[in-house]
Amino acid sequence: MMTGGTDPVNRSALEFDRVSMVFPDGTEATLDVSFSVRPGEFVTIVGPSGCGKSTLLRIASGLLEPTGGSVEVDRQRLGYVFQDATLLPWRTVQGNVELLAELQGYTKVERQALAMAAINLVGLQGFENHYPKMLSGGMKMRVSLARTLTLRPPVFLFDEPFGAVDEITRMSLNEETQEIFKNEGFAGLFITHSIGEAVFMSTRILVMSARPGRLVAEIDVPFDYPRKPDLRFDSRFAELSGTVSAALREAHT
Amino acid sequence: MSKSRTPARRRRIMAIDVAGPTLVFVAFLGFWYWLSYYGMAERRRFLVPPFHEVIQDGYLDWKNFSVMLEALWLTTQVALWGLGIAIGLGMTCAILMSQARWIERSVWPYAVALQSIPILALVPLLGILFNYSFNARVIVCIIMAIFPIINNTLFGIQSVEAGHHDLFTLHHTSRLTRLRKLQLPAASPVIFAGFRISAGLSVIGAIVGDFFFRKGDKGIGILLDQYAARTTTIPRLYAATILAGALGYLVFSLFGLLTRVVIGKWHEAADVPG
Repeated sequence: MMTGGTDPVNRSALEFDRVSMVFPDGTEATLDVSFSVRPGEFVTIVGPSGCGKSTLLRIASGLLEPTGGSVEVDRQRLGYVFQDATLLPWRTVQGNVELLAELQGYTKVERQALAMAAINLVGLQGFENHYPKMLSGGMKMRVSLARTLTLRPPVFLFDEPFGAVDEITRMSLNEETQEIFKNEGFAGLFITHSIGEAVFMSTRILVMSARPGRLVAEIDVPFDYPRKPDLRFDSRFAELSGTVSAALREAHT
Repeated sequence: MSKSRTPARRRRIMAIDVAGPTLVFVAFLGFWYWLSYYGMAERRRFLVPPFHEVIQDGYLDWKNFSVMLEALWLTTQVALWGLGIAIGLGMTCAILMSQARWIERSVWPYAVALQSIPILALVPLLGILFNYSFNARVIVCIIMAIFPIINNTLFGIQSVEAGHHDLFTLHHTSRLTRLRKLQLPAASPVIFAGFRISAGLSVIGAIVGDFFFRKGDKGIGILLDQYAARTTTIPRLYAATILAGALGYLVFSLFGLLTRVVIGKWHEAADVPG
């Protein structure tokens, strides 16, 4: 059961409550992190490399047990897009997209329908029978996104998914992701160290300090969805990017 | 990275594939004839009969050739049974070892020991224990062939990427599902590499067991032993040796082909020469 705000309409889908993580080797990854994400919110955490951003997602998903604090989230229906596409090379695009539904026990017919819809959403029609070795980095990431979309998760975790693709591909993946977010209305938690990416997609940005990672700033992003590509050249976009950048710099020193 | 070869490049590879080995064969044959007619001291020349005599005596004389084929068939059966059992037993062992650290720790030293004992040291023992039977020969093959299966299966299963494991963990996958849908497919290229090595070893095991048993049904190993005993059968010794080599090559190639059929579509390095 989820807890959160007292107002049932505004109750959060994902809530971090004073989460701290100290690894067995003594590394302090995160310190006292508290925040929540409500349905229809797209929250992005930006911070320098190694500040424990990914650790937060691993804790949220249950892959990692925090040493302090707790996370409230429905883990049965959690979408997790990893840093790598983590496609199974022996499966075709279709087979990879069907995987999660398969693990959840859906029938073959249901799986195929779910996969087809997800493949259409990320624009990979025609590539169903390709093996991952024949795909580019951006396409692999699309398959990974589609795989997670099949289960229609109400909470979506993104662990720096577009960090390894080129700038142009990254921008179009950003546009597609916020398009999907607009249509699906999930609660999104996105990790990145790209300020442009954060401002373009999010409703809210959290800035994290260097290790041990603490939340040091919270910045609302007021732009309406769907966001058009040329929003990136809007003066308000630049201004907001400047604010995030300043907060990051401050956190770093 | 996709390996789409242009037709021209494919043709060039085909040409090399035929011309290269042919050239090596011709050179080898030249050396052989040189040995037969000039290279060896005259009183020892009977030890290297010219190639055509080997063909005539060994393969074109049906009386001799049928004896060899029969022996070869027996050896093939021994090798395939041994390989089959080694694959079943070895993979079962490795899968069990991958499921629990204590099983791995308990079994691994014996797998290594089995691999380290020279097979010749075991042959006499296995001979008397199993009365030089077909089964005794199969056991020699299993001992020869099982280690690469255990080693490669275990290594393959343990080398699955952490990210893939996370993906399955997030969906609360059972051990069996994880094994079937993740670990075994991910390990299959390494497992197939083990099969190819074991296939060759199994053929060697079948011949070695046979050769040193010197008893029971005649496999190609016993024939080799008998042909080596008399000067008149020396051409047949060469003929039988070539057959034994061909058998090993054939089994190895079959597994290369199997590898390409099973994992060739998705695996980068499945382009193994066969």
